[in-house]
Amino acid sequence: MKIQVLGTGCAKCKQLTANAEKAVQELGLGVAVEKVEDIREIMKFSVMSTPALVVDGKVKSAGKVLGPQQIVTILQGG
Amino acid sequence: MSLPVIGASAQAPACCANPAPEAPMAKALHPQGGRTALLLLLGLGAWAAAYAAIHPLAEWLSFGAFGLARGSHLGEAVAFFLYDTPKVLLLLVLIVFVVGIIRSFFTAERTRAILAGKRESVGNVLAALLGVVTPFCSCSAVPLFIGFVEVGVPLGVTLSFLISAPMVNEIALVLLFGLFGWKVAALYLVTGLTIAIVAGFILGRMKLERFVEAWVYESMKAEATFEREQLGFTGRVKKGLEAVREIVGKVWPWVIAGIAVGAGIHGYVPEGLLASFMGKSAWWSVPAAVLIGVPMYSNAAGIIPIVEALLGKGAALGTVLAFMMAVIGLSLPEIIILRKVLRPPLIAAFVGVVGTGILLVGWLFNAVI
Repeated sequence: MKIQVLGTGCAKCKQLTANAEKAVQELGLGVAVEKVEDIREIMKFSVMSTPALVVDGKVKSAGKVLGPQQIVTILQGG
Repeated sequence: MSLPVIGASAQAPACCANPAPEAPMAKALHPQGGRTALLLLLGLGAWAAAYAAIHPLAEWLSFGAFGLARGSHLGEAVAFFLYDTPKVLLLLVLIVFVVGIIRSFFTAERTRAILAGKRESVGNVLAALLGVVTPFCSCSAVPLFIGFVEVGVPLGVTLSFLISAPMVNEIALVLLFGLFGWKVAALYLVTGLTIAIVAGFILGRMKLERFVEAWVYESMKAEATFEREQLGFTGRVKKGLEAVREIVGKVWPWVIAGIAVGAGIHGYVPEGLLASFMGKSAWWSVPAAVLIGVPMYSNAAGIIPIVEALLGKGAALGTVLAFMMAVIGLSLPEIIILRKVLRPPLIAAFVGVVGTGILLVGWLFNAVI
């Protein structure tokens, strides 16, 4: 499983990354959360608001900070 | 001289600081919808009752319970503070709630889809209006810019959106309404929208597309599609409550600080203190206010105390309005963020046209009022 957080480095992006890491830890997935900060890379996902959560190349949420529990639900859902 | 920065560091725009995690969104169900409507009505009733009770309560507390003399410096300052704090906070809660619900209808994707097929002129007007209601954070300015340009939204129309989104701010609107009345609030709303529309139109006419970084146009392949979030009535009310928790939870100390400053001025400072050099007769005070305002960065809640202090001491309304717009509408951090996609000549044109608009608004109001 590949988990990425898209964001140009603002406070919300850092918060989402931290929450995603918590979720990964809780599920014991043992994968790293990758931060994508380059704007060209971010635009390849066609998101218009950051931060965004991407799981296995699919955009799961954009423009909001999900809590760790919400991320757990997303990761379990596929 | 170092740049004065209020409220937030240059790296983290105020709207991006201290994010509140979103509560899980429940699917709207019909029985739940009825319950939500009932709770909403109860809430509005409680709000109205509280609002009606503030004035008598503040009067009674300051002149009755505290035994302060009517017309005394301290008495007037305390009464002003006790009246204005709950009034502005209540107004803020209501407006942020309503705006939160309105915003649940306008995602960035949807706004883009609306603007995609529009010509200039109509597009500029729509973009400025949508800039007010679309959720926006200056840290998202770049992906938003690219997203708009990708689907063929004209450059000038995109810029109208990017000017209006930070400059016409609902918190500033509420505070101006609460502290100075509806006329000042309406002036701010109308002039802010006008600057966004006209500046975007002029920038569009200047044919500056060649100063957008080339890779932005190379990556043009996205289509103007959007996914509609299925929220339902209950979901939207929840969005409104979330907005209240996030925004009011963040700005209330600023609001109280602002009103405390205002209360002090109200009770103690003689009127007309600043009139000699920030009054109507000093034409140069408007450009000076803009020049000082641009490098400053503050959220709308942080700037209002300053606005209040300036107005209270006799500065002219146009000068103060120009200062406020320069601070929240043209900010250095946003310009630095936009530099990633816009080359310096376009940035200079952007700042120049918007700055000129603010200048004209300042002079206009000093001349008219």
